[in-house]
Amino acid sequence: MAATEQQASPDRAHISLSDLTMAYGDFIIQRDLSFDINHEDIFIIMGGSGCGKSTLLKHLIGLMAPVRGDIEYDGVNFWKSSPQEQDKLKHQFGVLFQSGALWSSQTLAENVALSIEEYTDLGKKQISEVVSYKLALVGLAGYEDFYPSEISGGMRKRAGLARAMALDPEILFFDEPSAGLDPISAKRLDELILELRDSLKTTVVVVTHELASIFDIGNNSVFLDAETKTMIATGDPSKLRTDCPEAKVREFLNRGKT
Amino acid sequence: MVAAGDWRLKNNLPDIGGLRAYLSDHSGYQQLGFDTGQLAHWDTGFCTFLLSVIELTKSTGIKVDLSGLPEGVFRLLTLATAVPQVKDTGRQPQATGNLHKIGQATIDFANGIPAAMHFLGEAALAFIQFFKGKAQYKRADLFLIIQEVGPNALPIVTLISFLVGLILAYMGAVQLQQFGAQIFIADLVGIGMVREMAGLMTGIIMAGRSGAAFAAQLGTMQVNEEIDALKTLGISPIEYLVLPRMLALIMMVPLLALYGSIVGMIAGMVIAVSAFDVTVFEYYNQTLRALDMQQFLVGLSKATVYGVLIAYSGCLRGMQSGRSASAVGEATTSAVVTSIVLIVVAASILTIVFQALGI
Repeated sequence: MAATEQQASPDRAHISLSDLTMAYGDFIIQRDLSFDINHEDIFIIMGGSGCGKSTLLKHLIGLMAPVRGDIEYDGVNFWKSSPQEQDKLKHQFGVLFQSGALWSSQTLAENVALSIEEYTDLGKKQISEVVSYKLALVGLAGYEDFYPSEISGGMRKRAGLARAMALDPEILFFDEPSAGLDPISAKRLDELILELRDSLKTTVVVVTHELASIFDIGNNSVFLDAETKTMIATGDPSKLRTDCPEAKVREFLNRGKT
Repeated sequence: MVAAGDWRLKNNLPDIGGLRAYLSDHSGYQQLGFDTGQLAHWDTGFCTFLLSVIELTKSTGIKVDLSGLPEGVFRLLTLATAVPQVKDTGRQPQATGNLHKIGQATIDFANGIPAAMHFLGEAALAFIQFFKGKAQYKRADLFLIIQEVGPNALPIVTLISFLVGLILAYMGAVQLQQFGAQIFIADLVGIGMVREMAGLMTGIIMAGRSGAAFAAQLGTMQVNEEIDALKTLGISPIEYLVLPRMLALIMMVPLLALYGSIVGMIAGMVIAVSAFDVTVFEYYNQTLRALDMQQFLVGLSKATVYGVLIAYSGCLRGMQSGRSASAVGEATTSAVVTSIVLIVVAASILTIVFQALGI
């Protein structure tokens, strides 16, 4: 639906960060982050616990404003845009939160349908067909009328993905997608992410420290370091694994063995 | 240092004060070694003790030789000292002294005012969007909330209003009877209920019932990242969640107050008829004479204000809630306290204003 509308020249980065500094009050989380996420990348944000991965994600999806620096989407500066333009940019995002963050007072179908109702002119019947299709894609066909509290954690996560995919966003953000999933489900989720990238040309940004996932799906990445409070590597994770000059990154990507 | 016997958490570990006193009396030690040949059982209690010994020796400049310790103890100690203690965690130190706490509370209160004003402005903008017909909310949600705060509150409002009407009637009747003026029970109960009591009681009931519910609902949504999820869709949580709740309370509190005042008057009649020799017909006529449209308008306008205040405090505290179970509890408590305080303050101000205006 929306995928082709605003397609910029493929050689320009899809998301571009420059000199980004993030802080809670006076407490700086990360500083001087500058990197590019290209179109159709599966971009991994990695680093040890507490280094600010999730905070970076919050900045990328417009929930937190940076203290300093810029984030551009296809050349449009998010935090210097008007609220209306920001909303427009946000419509290109799909976000899967760590615990799914489904609206607990609504059924799965209503959860998925909300953004479609708000932002398209589809009729009721069409919407319910789209919703059923999206739920089927994540393996939840037939669960339309269940409430989030009635299904398991893994199912909630998949339903969250169906909701994130509702409007066929140009960029999908995942916060720890495989946390709390069994290995088979995690593997299936990875395959689904790859499939979405290949077929819908979606740019994917994933926060994770699941090594298997990182190497299976990631083709670009950034490594945030908690001690120096900045990024110490960026690039293809399977190359960083052997060639990165920073010992910390190699250690991380090899599970502590250097 | 010789350690012998059992060194376990449940064996009452010795205090380090003895060693400190010994070292301050006997200066000139260069190095501390350990003899653990007699050590029987140990657990992390021993490690904790050793860590404080090492900490102590650091301050006195004595070197520590850990080689005499059992292999396991040595490894656990290195593990605990492997990651240096984080000093700069960005945490404010906890307020200690009473004066410090009072100051901190005052600063927190002052810092809360701009946030509350910001929320008020956002809510006002949402209402403008609503009147323009552009607000993003679900009509079905609005009706559900109306059902929840309106009709579902009828039993408790009935009970409380009936009892308040009863109390008003009894209190007045005993005095009025001395002058043979029992018939004026109708005036007392009618005006009292319609102008003041029904609105006030309904307001307090709704603060405990719906204000608390709103704060808990929104707070839990905050914990589950549900509100973040709305924001990332470009849907304003104020329009989607707060607006229908405010609308529902603003519509329902005056209606409930109107209903409550009628129930209260019926209670007054029951008392007057059964205990004070007034007939139903007399009471009814006297009530009609006492009340006019203006009294009802005064009562309804007050109740509307209470509705706004309850919805405002409930939603404000819910949206401000932190992301933990205890934060939701605090939000709920604070919502009820804030709305009751606001209601009582508003009731006093409005009563004085209406009195001054002669309405």
